[in-house]
Amino acid sequence: MLRKIALWIDDRVHLSKLYASTAGHSVPRNAESWFYVFGSGTLLCFILQVVTGTCLAFVYAPSANEAYTSLEYLNYQQPLGWILRAMHNWGSNFMLAIMILHLVQVFLFGAFKYPREMTWISGVVLLLCTLGMAFTGQVLRFDQDAYWGLGIGAAMMGRVPMIGAQLVRFVLAGPIIAGETLSRFFTLHVFIIPGTIIALVSLHLRLVLTKGINEYPVPGKVVVKETYQQEYETLLKKDGVPFFPKAISKDLVFSAVVMLGILGCALYFGPEGPHGVPDPTQINSVPKPDFFFLWLYAVLALLPDYLETILILTVPVIAIGLLVALPFISGTGEKSARRRPVAVLSVLIIFLGLGTLNYLGTFSPWSPQMSAWSAEQTPFKYIAGRTPLERQGAVVLQNKQCRNCHALNGGGGLRGPALDGVGTRLTGDQLTRQVIQGGGNMPAYGKNLSPAEVAALVAFMQTLREPNQLPAQDSTSPAQPRQEQKKVAQAAR
Amino acid sequence: MCPNEQQSQPTSNAASSRRSFLLKLGAALNVVAASFIGIPVLGYVFSSFSRRGSYQSWVSLGALENFPAGQTRLATYRNPYTRPWDGPTADIPCWVRRIEGERFQVFAINCTHLGCPVRWFQESHLFMCPCHGGAFYEDGSHASGPPPRGLYEYQYKIENNQLLVKGGQLPTLAQPL
Repeated sequence: MLRKIALWIDDRVHLSKLYASTAGHSVPRNAESWFYVFGSGTLLCFILQVVTGTCLAFVYAPSANEAYTSLEYLNYQQPLGWILRAMHNWGSNFMLAIMILHLVQVFLFGAFKYPREMTWISGVVLLLCTLGMAFTGQVLRFDQDAYWGLGIGAAMMGRVPMIGAQLVRFVLAGPIIAGETLSRFFTLHVFIIPGTIIALVSLHLRLVLTKGINEYPVPGKVVVKETYQQEYETLLKKDGVPFFPKAISKDLVFSAVVMLGILGCALYFGPEGPHGVPDPTQINSVPKPDFFFLWLYAVLALLPDYLETILILTVPVIAIGLLVALPFISGTGEKSARRRPVAVLSVLIIFLGLGTLNYLGTFSPWSPQMSAWSAEQTPFKYIAGRTPLERQGAVVLQNKQCRNCHALNGGGGLRGPALDGVGTRLTGDQLTRQVIQGGGNMPAYGKNLSPAEVAALVAFMQTLREPNQLPAQDSTSPAQPRQEQKKVAQAAR
Repeated sequence: MCPNEQQSQPTSNAASSRRSFLLKLGAALNVVAASFIGIPVLGYVFSSFSRRGSYQSWVSLGALENFPAGQTRLATYRNPYTRPWDGPTADIPCWVRRIEGERFQVFAINCTHLGCPVRWFQESHLFMCPCHGGAFYEDGSHASGPPPRGLYEYQYKIENNQLLVKGGQLPTLAQPL
């Protein structure tokens, strides 16, 4: 009886045919590898994001006036709202991370080569969509970071020649960041980009079915356009297994690990933000992007200004162009990473670069420490035994916000060089010139300091050295060092 | 009757020709109808590209007495280009420097590098940006760091003892105030 019902359903719904053409499709046995789990892992994350995101949309109010309050409500009042927010946030981190692992694996295994060019290109567009989701999602967490993040986006758009102003208004949905801006990003995050992702994932999976999953590369086995299809079909016949139930087990294990990972991180770290009401008059905000955009934040701080506009506008185009063109540049030949040193080196260099920039972005040494001048102590060793004039200089150094950019004994900004030991590097004259005229990325303080303040400040900075170190010497006045040597000798005694 | 029918071949070809004509007609009608629908949709979405003129208008920053000569102070105004659901985002800050008498400089809060909020430091007479380390002198000119120009300056005027600025737009390199 049950068998009859099952057969009836199958006859009407064509389940077994569906199975044979999808989950049951044949894959090379050697593709059943731990390296091949990242694609399904990314898809799993996306599905989770749709589920948690839909739940959040039940409560979230996409209005500039209400968004912040509704996030707080989700965190503290809506039952289990906090964990949904946390899972959505961690789901996005996991999705991006696993997607990048998938990209690197596909690149190193030569899976982008003939005949899977379109699979690769659809994957590249999916990566861009996912980055778009990450940015728009950060905006929906409508707090100070979101507000100023939008400002940064607008400032970048404003650098586009000719249509910059119109682009800014297009992105912000008006002349300034306001209610309509949030609505626009909500639409992008909830309708436009996810819709595009679903369409592209369908294409991506369809291509995986029609063009087959990449066989595990073997060094020396090269892709030749004329023979590849034939070889692949022979391989499937000789050594192919149905994806379900033979090759799916590692994907299943990985999926479970990912889900538990997201849940674990959500439980342990809790939801992210919102950090501060998106009120631009709260100007004591130090905007910083989320982790996956820190490298960009670092690049924008470190580029020389004359290169900035050109690079902001051209590098993304070139990078995306290279990714899209890759299967056409290197569509045949070796697949194994063991025979592709340039590919391996490129991956290493790109990740070292991004990793270094992200690391710098976490503590941003280029940013002044806005409260260092009033919050950091003057180290005792730099005041002890100093003359009144020198101590006066120590006060000037604090009061004029020098510490915001210059550290003393590890406290203060890292924008300029630390001033410990500056007395051994610059003479009094050089210090005076640097303070008054600035230069080398330092503002000129000539107008803002009285001559007496400059004298005190320089006198103090000349004492900034260890007792056994000689002060900086001016080679044109040889008398000076001998006197100083005597002083050092006395001090040592 | 369709004019095409007269030109068509007799008997067996007639049906297929009629069918292919109908297909072409159907496709053409769809293109026409879709572009009629597309015009308002695209016009709605890309209205920012067609709008001419300025969003800015004069808004008051308060009485002149609030701004002592020789000092730079934070002022805020309610964005004139506003929607009821803007909430706190419509409160826009700016820095007002009263040089002396009726000579002012009103700077946008946004750093000219990437739009972060600059802060004024009275003691060192500098504006510093927390994002990428830009700094500006008290007259708004570039002092150090990555910004490509000095601070954006509002147009201002004085009426009935009130300081007014022309506000309502986010300043960018493409469209300074």
